[in-house]
Amino acid sequence: MNAKRVGADAIAAKGWLASYKWLLLRRTVQIAVLALFLLGPLAGIWIVKGNLNYSVTLGFLPLTDPYVALQSLLTGQVPERLGLIGAAIVLVFYLLVGGRVYCSWVCPVNIVTDTAGWLRRRLGIKGSVHLARNTRYWILGMTLVGSAASGILLWELINPVSMLHRGLIFGLGFAWVIVLMIFLFDLFVMSRGWCGRLCPVGAFYSLLGRWSPVRVSAPARAACNDCMDCFEVCPEPQVIRPALKGAATGAGPVILSPACTNCGRCIDVCSKDVFRFGTRFSNGVPANEAAPTDGALPLNS
Amino acid sequence: MLRVGAGLSGTDPRLITMASTNERKPAQLRKAPGARRQFLLDSARMACGVGMLGLGLGLYAKQTQALPATAIRPPGALAESDFLGACIRCGLCVRDCPYDTLRLAKPETPVATGTPYFIARDIPCEMCDDIPCVKACPTGALNHTLTDINKAKMGLAALIDQETCLNFLGLRCDVCYRVCPVIDKAITLELVPNPRTGRHTMFLPTVHSEHCTGCGKCEKACVTEEAAIKVLPIALAKGALGKHYQLGWEEQKKAGGSLIDEKSMLDLPDRMPEGVRLPGHYDPASGMTAPPGAPGSGAGAIPNVPPGMERAGGPVVPSTPPGLGAAK
Repeated sequence: MNAKRVGADAIAAKGWLASYKWLLLRRTVQIAVLALFLLGPLAGIWIVKGNLNYSVTLGFLPLTDPYVALQSLLTGQVPERLGLIGAAIVLVFYLLVGGRVYCSWVCPVNIVTDTAGWLRRRLGIKGSVHLARNTRYWILGMTLVGSAASGILLWELINPVSMLHRGLIFGLGFAWVIVLMIFLFDLFVMSRGWCGRLCPVGAFYSLLGRWSPVRVSAPARAACNDCMDCFEVCPEPQVIRPALKGAATGAGPVILSPACTNCGRCIDVCSKDVFRFGTRFSNGVPANEAAPTDGALPLNS
Repeated sequence: MLRVGAGLSGTDPRLITMASTNERKPAQLRKAPGARRQFLLDSARMACGVGMLGLGLGLYAKQTQALPATAIRPPGALAESDFLGACIRCGLCVRDCPYDTLRLAKPETPVATGTPYFIARDIPCEMCDDIPCVKACPTGALNHTLTDINKAKMGLAALIDQETCLNFLGLRCDVCYRVCPVIDKAITLELVPNPRTGRHTMFLPTVHSEHCTGCGKCEKACVTEEAAIKVLPIALAKGALGKHYQLGWEEQKKAGGSLIDEKSMLDLPDRMPEGVRLPGHYDPASGMTAPPGAPGSGAGAIPNVPPGMERAGGPVVPSTPPGLGAAK
């Protein structure tokens, strides 16, 4: 590859570990969540029972996927008390930390699509079938209306997220074929196609995190040198621009789009430390923007 | 998509004005009607594309309701159409089943993916007293009002092949009867003369739907290569008389007597060769019995009034066995 590797500047400036901090943390959390579920069936240590749709931790903490619970409610069935409590706990959690934190920190398919995205960059595969990013919201609506109309949890019939997670715990069967299809789809057909455009689970969680306080922010955006690494590495690159280039329009530095997964990769790959985790409330225009340093010009986009 | 929609409808009046006075507006604004058209087109495209996906999913959903006959749902499971809306595919019933009876359907299984079921011939339900699978269920998919496992209706055993059932062949296998957790209620052995040998008794395993829980132990234990007795979904295994049927003898018991005026009952003449009598035929005036040795002869004289209607002190009809085909 002739092109400069994404994140090379950051590694040069900050060191390897600091350039992969959030990615390593995220993978650790993803694998730890999966490991907790797998400890029971593989080692007989039952800390968590169930799967991402519903689980019981340490025999008392219920956690229910609110999207599955909503579909079930729409079919006219009401979960038992524990099922409802579990849904409430998960709802409150993601309302606070950001809905799509589920996508980037918990969902097992994220590892698959991130790998496809990484390989796509490394192989320099350009070109992608175009599909609007809001397709997922249409599919979300369809699954909710369809569940109400058919009386069946519609998305659960084919949901690759729960198929993969359940499969890893209870026996995969042919679910690996579906996961492989998603990998190849993201790699060859559509860049960031599954998580970024199709998956209604992510769409549901993004709506859930519409007002979540925990957000990625670009407080040092004046230092941006337009290397574009964050745009390259971001699974939802459209969310960055309004915040990063908001100086020209007077917008604050917080990434407010609910599509942002709070994955923190932009923080990692930025050699200028433009990004960091913050809250949606500290969204005032930074004071240092009047006098940009390092020769970084304020962009008029 | 919602945000875009709201934005456009918010500027609707302006857009309509511009559409009518297109030429006089600056080029920058002239694009707006086109944007609206584009929005409508995009929406139509989405609605059609996603609608097709939804249609496919819906048809697939309808098909998944057709549960294979060998896939038995756990105790307390709702009817299949309700079950597929209530079950959230968490697998906790599978986890809490102490006998590894239950399993979760994989994508290639012809059962809705992620839902619990068991195959009786592999591992039947052991009918735990505390029903842990129902307790573990976080939804109403497994009905929590089921607290007595003997009242479970997972399916219904049916002795489906009398031609290969060893007991029907005159042997004393009895295994299904012996392993039945509700022995002598759900499965009884009905004694019937063996017409092949003429001197033996056949012990016919007979399932009673009132008591059968559908646990499948009989199917698991059946010694033949393919089970002669199988647990089937109740809808498949059970017939239905229809509401308009009444069982006369039951109604008589309830009413304490005949429901009709017996005196005005007409007995139509039997059209038989002269002197021939049909044993077992209800003929109030005949007073006959079946010939000795014929089926039913043990019942004594055929009464001339229906059972339960005998008047105390009434005339006793003498038993006169005329025999079949007796000459005049």
